Amino acid sequence: MSRLPFYLLVGLLLVAGIGLSVHRHVALEVPWTPGEQRQVWEVEALVNFNAQGGPVLVDMALPSNQQGFRLLTEHTASPGFGLSFLEEGGARRAQWSIREATGSQQLYYTTQLLVAPDSRPPEVTPPPLRRDIVWERPHDTAAAQVIERAWSRSADSFTFARELIRDFGDERQGENSRLLLTQFERGPLLVRLLNQAGVPAREVSGLLLEDGRRRQTLANWVQVFDGERWALFDPATGEQGRPDNLLLWESSGQAVLEVQGGTNSRVTFSMLTHNQPAAAAVRNQLAEDTLLNFSIHSLPLEEQALFQTILLIPIGALVVVILRVLVGIKTSGTFMPVLIALAFIQTTLITGLVGFLLIVAVGLVIRNYLSYLNLLLVARVTAVIITVIAIISLFSVLSYRFGLNAGLTITFFPMIILSWTIERMSILWEEEGPKQVLIQGGGSLLTAVIAYLAMNNPWVRHITFNFLGVQMILMALILLLGNYTGYRLLELRRFKPVTED
Amino acid sequence: MWTSPGKLRDKGIIGMNRRNIRYIGRYNNRRLYPLVDDKLKTKLLAQEYGITTPALIGTVTTQFGVKQLDAMLHGHRGFVIKPAKGSGGKGILVIEHVEDGAYVKPSGARLGLGDLERHVSNILSGLYSLGGSPDVAVIEALINFDERLSEYTYEGVPDIRVIVFKGYPVMAMMRLSTAASDGKANLHQGAVGVGLDIATGTAIRGVQFDRTRHDHPDTGHELASLHIPDWRTLLLLAAGCYEMTGLGYLGTDMVLDRDLGPMLLELNARPGLAIQMANGEGLRNRLDLIERQPEGVAPEARVAFAQQHFARRSELETSAEVATVTEPG
Ligand SMILES: Nc1ncnc2c1ncn2[C@@H]1O[C@H](COP(=O)(O)OP(=O)(O)O)[C@@H](O)[C@H]1O
Ligand SMILES: [Mg+2]
Repeated sequence: MSRLPFYLLVGLLLVAGIGLSVHRHVALEVPWTPGEQRQVWEVEALVNFNAQGGPVLVDMALPSNQQGFRLLTEHTASPGFGLSFLEEGGARRAQWSIREATGSQQLYYTTQLLVAPDSRPPEVTPPPLRRDIVWERPHDTAAAQVIERAWSRSADSFTFARELIRDFGDERQGENSRLLLTQFERGPLLVRLLNQAGVPAREVSGLLLEDGRRRQTLANWVQVFDGERWALFDPATGEQGRPDNLLLWESSGQAVLEVQGGTNSRVTFSMLTHNQPAAAAVRNQLAEDTLLNFSIHSLPLEEQALFQTILLIPIGALVVVILRVLVGIKTSGTFMPVLIALAFIQTTLITGLVGFLLIVAVGLVIRNYLSYLNLLLVARVTAVIITVIAIISLFSVLSYRFGLNAGLTITFFPMIILSWTIERMSILWEEEGPKQVLIQGGGSLLTAVIAYLAMNNPWVRHITFNFLGVQMILMALILLLGNYTGYRLLELRRFKPVTED
Repeated sequence: MWTSPGKLRDKGIIGMNRRNIRYIGRYNNRRLYPLVDDKLKTKLLAQEYGITTPALIGTVTTQFGVKQLDAMLHGHRGFVIKPAKGSGGKGILVIEHVEDGAYVKPSGARLGLGDLERHVSNILSGLYSLGGSPDVAVIEALINFDERLSEYTYEGVPDIRVIVFKGYPVMAMMRLSTAASDGKANLHQGAVGVGLDIATGTAIRGVQFDRTRHDHPDTGHELASLHIPDWRTLLLLAAGCYEMTGLGYLGTDMVLDRDLGPMLLELNARPGLAIQMANGEGLRNRLDLIERQPEGVAPEARVAFAQQHFARRSELETSAEVATVTEPG
């Protein structure tokens, strides 16, 4: 049997993969490294609503140039709708309109934002102080007392805002604040109180930018003015300051989305960051999509974010192949470590490791009990799945109670895979003893950690996302590895006694 | 701690990757695996090809058939109940003899008919088979193992693994169970592996936990004098498994019966590599030599070829001599 076709295939894949990548580098100036570049965020807003058959008017707030971000481009996709951009007093809005529409509707708005940490923030005019605030009894005295209390413990507008918000925080909530919260929502209430105390303030909506997130919603912040300066406060914690990754989407105190003629309207956001050479980021013309420029970037943002993860999976798989074929590490379940590594990307490494060990350890104890019940396999694994879900829920609630928000990310673990892992480990324990469980469990975990480190590496992320040709190179490498008949690293130790005499 | 690939290559050791790609992948057709993964199929096939196996007393295939167990076992002194698709000794119940209606295990524990029925029923429901798939219970005659070998083992019947490549027996090892291996003959669980000379069936070298051994850890008996009776018959049986299964790279597990001589116990399409440790030599050179041999050679000629080319001197005797020389000091 000739191996020629095989090596031809491998060679072809290598040439095509390298060729495509070099072409992208040369023709489109996509750099090999993520460094020396400008970071660009692509944010996609998706408006969903049910049209009721008549005329529809959709009015949505749009972001403007602001501290930290500069707007590069904007696109909309809204077949059949008329569109206009309005601007009044620094606030930008988009208006979609149509004479007749029925059923579920989707409108897209995509914008590219350049991260510009030292761009000068535009002037923000403080909102006029509202003097027309009236409270009903008994809220008037409650409000007065809350203001009084915070006022006496503060020195200026900002410290006043902070103290005020803290009084509505969970640990310091007094009777007055509780009474007020029964009547008003937290955000508008804070703005009312601040205005009442003579401090100009308004509620703004912002988007926390995190790479690859989908279906996100806006968070509310309270913007407080003190003469020339302003500051943002988190209405839940009273924390002051603007996180670097906060994009203010609506900052004039108006509604983010208003839909006339439709119901169930909502807007969700997907976002993605990628690096562009400084020049290209500024020029930023869309290169025509020819076959050679074939790129993930032409997909809608939500799918792009998904692909960013999908394109990393071959990297994880390559790590598994290398560790098994070249090193000889035993894992439980061939590609289970890749899925665990994907979960680690969401949870961060330490939280992920702790969570994984907790789930598997508790799962093993419970699975041990299940084995006394003598169940059929499918039923037993299903019972383990339910157990795993229960463990995950319990840990989430507990960690939240103890204020460990990181614990919540435990839900990213693939539950069915974990259940099979527990089942397999448990059988291994019964048949081969705890030592084998440690060897294979440790092997899986080690593989998962290495796969995580590889997949989470900024350079690897940059290369896999920007150069699709790399996938062909990976394919060629894996084909070659599948053909490797040499020794595994660990065999050099295993067979050592034979070579001794 | 570590050795170099060069040294391993000099010794002709083959690793997992090479075994999988060059031998199992090339010479074992996946379609044929069921023949060896199902002990019942193996046994029936062996009978067809005149290869001795422990006599089949009967099979139970349905829960309904469990009721016939009593009638089936009637008149048999010792027998073994095993799952057709089991592995690693799981679900194997050995009954040494029957005494006033009670079934006695080698350990002396006594079981009733109800216990046996429950065991069979568990086998049928897949308790011992891979992935829990439904299985068949096989009941076969007990092997009365050769007393000449009893000092070399601790509980359990010792078996002899012969690697058969393209029908040539290329390497052999005996697996002696120990207290550490819990009466099981699995090397990684602590059984002693003794490499056997293909020419004569005598011990070459012993290993436990990958370290050299000169005696059995429990019985204390030295290994150098280990000699397998009826060696040529055993090799012929093993070699015949090539025609029987069509698998080119095969692990055959043989046992010795006191009265009936060598028998085939089970076959393995993915035999492990530890046999190289027990022999202190790699498989590579022998496999290379066999690959150069033509097809269609009769089993007798293949065994003769192997006995002629793979003869080795015992390392145990020489080291035992050294020991006696240095001792009287
Ligand atoms: N007929 C038999 N008589 C006596 N002992 C047997 C018999 N069959 C199996 N055994 C014992 O059970 C062990 C495992 O049997 P085997 O058929 O090799 O099944 P497995 O595939 O589980 O290894 C053998 O090594 C031997 O000790
Ligand atoms: Mg066996």
